[in-house]
Formats: sequence, structure tokens, C-alpha cells
Amino acid sequence: MQSRVRDKIVRLMLLSAASTSILIVVLIFLFIGREAFPFVQQLGLGALFNDRWVPVSFEHESFGILPLLTGSLVVTFIAIVIAVPFGVLSAVYISEIASPREREILKPFIELLAGIPSVVIGFFGVVVLGPIIKVLFGLSSGLTALTGALLLALMAIPTIITIAEDAIRSVPMAFKQASIALGASKLQTIFRVTVPAAFSGIVAAVTLGVGRVIGETMAVLMVTGNAARITFNPLESVRTMTATIAAEMGEVAFGSIHYSALFVVGIILLLITFGLTMIAQRALRKYRRY
Amino acid sequence: MNISKLLVAALIGCLVILVSCSRPGDLSRGGGTFVTIKGSDTMVNLSTAWAEAFMEAHPEALISVTGGGSGTGISALINGTTDLANASRPMKPEEIAKVPNYKEFAVAMDCITIVLNPRNPINELTMDQLAKIYTGEEKNWTAFGGVNHNISLLSRESSSGTYIFFQEHVLDKKDFSQDAKLLPAANPVIEEVSANDYAIGYVGLGYALKAGDRVKIVSIKKDAASLAVMPTEQTVRDKTYPIARPLYIYTVKEPAGYARDFIDFCLSPEGQKLATEQDEVPIK
Repeated sequence: MQSRVRDKIVRLMLLSAASTSILIVVLIFLFIGREAFPFVQQLGLGALFNDRWVPVSFEHESFGILPLLTGSLVVTFIAIVIAVPFGVLSAVYISEIASPREREILKPFIELLAGIPSVVIGFFGVVVLGPIIKVLFGLSSGLTALTGALLLALMAIPTIITIAEDAIRSVPMAFKQASIALGASKLQTIFRVTVPAAFSGIVAAVTLGVGRVIGETMAVLMVTGNAARITFNPLESVRTMTATIAAEMGEVAFGSIHYSALFVVGIILLLITFGLTMIAQRALRKYRRY
Repeated sequence: MNISKLLVAALIGCLVILVSCSRPGDLSRGGGTFVTIKGSDTMVNLSTAWAEAFMEAHPEALISVTGGGSGTGISALINGTTDLANASRPMKPEEIAKVPNYKEFAVAMDCITIVLNPRNPINELTMDQLAKIYTGEEKNWTAFGGVNHNISLLSRESSSGTYIFFQEHVLDKKDFSQDAKLLPAANPVIEEVSANDYAIGYVGLGYALKAGDRVKIVSIKKDAASLAVMPTEQTVRDKTYPIARPLYIYTVKEPAGYARDFIDFCLSPEGQKLATEQDEVPIK
């Protein structure tokens, strides 16, 4: 009798621990929504579809989110295009091809890279990477979307490597042995058997990496120049959504329409990451059927 | 049994910690020996210098200085999380409405300096030309006798008191060009100006002087007919240099105790001398 009660209590505790994250997500949506609501009420959602983000003005404030959206898009897209192949291929090498000695050297460095604070990476971007890009492309300024994207890739790569490597290593030995026994070469085994078998873990790794790229603030704030202009040219300055929130939230008058607009940007950012996670899960489910 | 007991104990422990952390601080504020100052980034160095000198004279007093920006400081003042707020702009009407009994003390003058890359041949600009550059009306240096290249506009973020002052007094309340790059602090502006041949930026006089020959300070003419004036203590004080502003300390009510003493110290000859050492201009 007593043991059943105890079981129930423990079960309840575990359940509440597990559902805390759901509760937190719902609460975050609720509270951010509450702060964002005055904007929708006073200006309407239509005010967002505008190419001018001029939150502080004596003439006419406008809160067009389009330049911020394209800014985030350009930076995120380039960062992903660089980080995903680089991260996944590194994970394949470390887990399948590298000798134990090589692995012992590589792993700590990758973990070290994951631990570098983003301000420090941003500082590196300002002092080292920016000037290199400036000279390389013959620009007048190194504060570009590309500089930001490269830094973000640098930050996402260790995340992707670490998690993808775990996924690849957890593929049962029997799969690989069977493949080799059937006459497949080592490379064929890696790319036709091991990597597909670890696919769900690799997708999880990529999703987390992308999440880090979209959500990253400090480094992009320091190196992208933050000019709110619609452009798809990676060699121009862009302003991302995260940088906008970080740069403007500190000073904005509490309860003003600008304050509310920043929360709208926050919600859009949240919806984008939310959507991406959903797509990743859908992709996973579809793949698992086979 | 042991596990659930442990869990319950851990839970209670967490609660106790949470509760004790969230208890409102009972440090005696304002009149006590502990004074907090928060606000303008422009004033952080100055304020720290004042606080250090003040604490040397009054070893029992504790003064903490943090930055964050003028708006942050004033919000903190309104929310009651700081005793004094540093601000490089006057309080806005909507802020005043929340603390109607506020007191304002102008403690020093700050001067905004226009900086160019040393390789830029231009040495002086009129206020009107500056406005044209920053609103994006003129986009090429040739219009001002420079090289044929697009101007790289550098500004501070819109959250900065310097941004608002510049917009009001130089751009005559017009909007900044959308092409302007907004940088998070004064040092990045200096960095970019020293690296980019075609850049123009604005920073406090102290930052421009510290940068030495990495940037060129431009002399400013009020209009085409007047003389070009270099920013110095003298020209700010006699108001011939046109882009200067007072720096303020705000309190919610008439300050008492150490807060009062601290403000008096800032305004004393000794305090004003420290302002000079921090490359600000004394107000008295």
C-alpha cells in the first residue's frame, strides 16, 4: 500500500518536472503576447509590412519589420549553408574515420570552441574577421552580413559536431559489420548505411545548430553594422531581429509603442524557431517510416 | 522512502532559497551609506572617478556606478532600483509624469565630436553639411571637396542619448539616413572610423581625444559665414562650438544624506576638476 502511494508521488513529481517546459513555453508566449498586444491594437499588424524601421524619430516613427526579417534571413541562411555540411562531415570523420589519438586531440578543441562566449567571438569578428573580409572583397567596411554569418557558423559548428557525432556513434556495430560483410567499402558503409541510420540524430543536431544561429545576439550586434535596410547582398550591412531587440530594449520607454513593437519582433522570432522545430520533427517522422 | 524524502527536502530547500532571494532588499536607500548610480554610458567614467574620490573622503560610504544608457538609468530611477540616475539628455515628459517631484542637477558639459579617417582630406564642415550627410541627402564626399566615394555613415544605436541629442541638434529633428550603420558603443565607432577611409562618425570628446591620431577631429562651422571651431574646453564653455550638451544627475525627490553629499561633491571645485581630467567640460 505504502509503496503504491510512494510510486504515485514519484510519478507525479516526474510528470510535473517533465511538463514544466511546456508550461514555460506557454507562459512565455502569453507574457510576450500581452506586451506586444498594444502595438497590434493601436497600429495593427499591417504597420509591420513596411520597409522602414525608424523607432526613434521626431517626425514619424515607423516599425517596418521587413528589413529586420531580411537581415536575419541573409545572415542565418549563409551561416547554415556553411555550418551544416562542415559540422556533419566533421562529425562523420571524428566518429568513423579518425584514429583514437586524433579523436583525443580533436574533441577537446571542438568542445572548447563551443564554450567560447559569444561576446568574445564578436570581438574576434570586429578585430580579425571584419578587416580580412574588408580587404578580401575590396570593401570600405568590414561590418557586413557575411562577417556575422561566418561568426554564427563558427558558433553553430561545435554544437552540430558534438550531437551529430553522438548520433553516428550510436549506430549499432551490427549494421556496419553487415554492410562490410556484404562487400561494401568503408566509405560506402559510412554514407549508405551509418549516416542514414543516424539521420534522426543528425537532424536534431542541425536543428539545435540552426536554433543557435537564429537566436544569437551579441556577435551579430557587434559585426553586422546594424543598418536597417532591405538587402540580400551579403557584403552589405544588415540589422537582425535579435540585434534590434538587444540594442533597443535597454533604453526604450516602458509601455511605449516602441516597447510593444520590440515584443512583436520577439514573437515573430519565436514563431520562426517554433516553425523550424515543427518542420524538423515532421521531416523526422516522415523519414522514420522507412 | 529515502528517495522521496530526499526529493521533498530538495524541493523545500529550493523554495527557501527562492523566497529568501526575492525578499525586497532592506538596504537603506538614498539617505543611507549605500548609494547606487545608474545610467548614461557617456557618464560612466566620469561618475566612477567621482565615486572613487568621494569614497576616499568618506570611507564609510559605498557608491556603486553602472552604465546601461540614459533611458535605462531613468527607468531604474522610476522603478526605484537606483538612487541616482545619470542622463546625457533631459528627462522626457512621459518620464517626468511618473516622478513629478524629480530633481535635476546639471553636473558637467559633454561635447560631441565629429570624427573622420585621418586620410580624409576634409578638415571642416558646417552644421548644414553635417545634417545633409546624416540625413542621406548627400551621399558622396565630392559634394564637400573630398574624394569621389560614397560616405560610410556611422551612428550610435537609437537607444543612445548621444543619438537623440545629435538627431535633435544637428539633424534638426529629421530622421537619420537608413544607410547609417548603428554601432552599440563609442569605441566601435572609433574602430570603424580608423579602419574605413570613407567613414564619418560622432563620439564624445573624451573618446575622440583618447583615440589620438587614429581619427581626425573635424572643426565645425555654425553656418557658412562663421569661423570653423575645434572642440575644446574653452570653445564648449563659451558656446562657440555648436554641438555640446549638459550632463545630468536625476533623483526622485530632494536628495538627502550621502546622495546629497555626493551631488554636492560633483559640483564642488574638486569634482569639476575631476570632470576636466575625464575630458568632459566643467559646468561651473
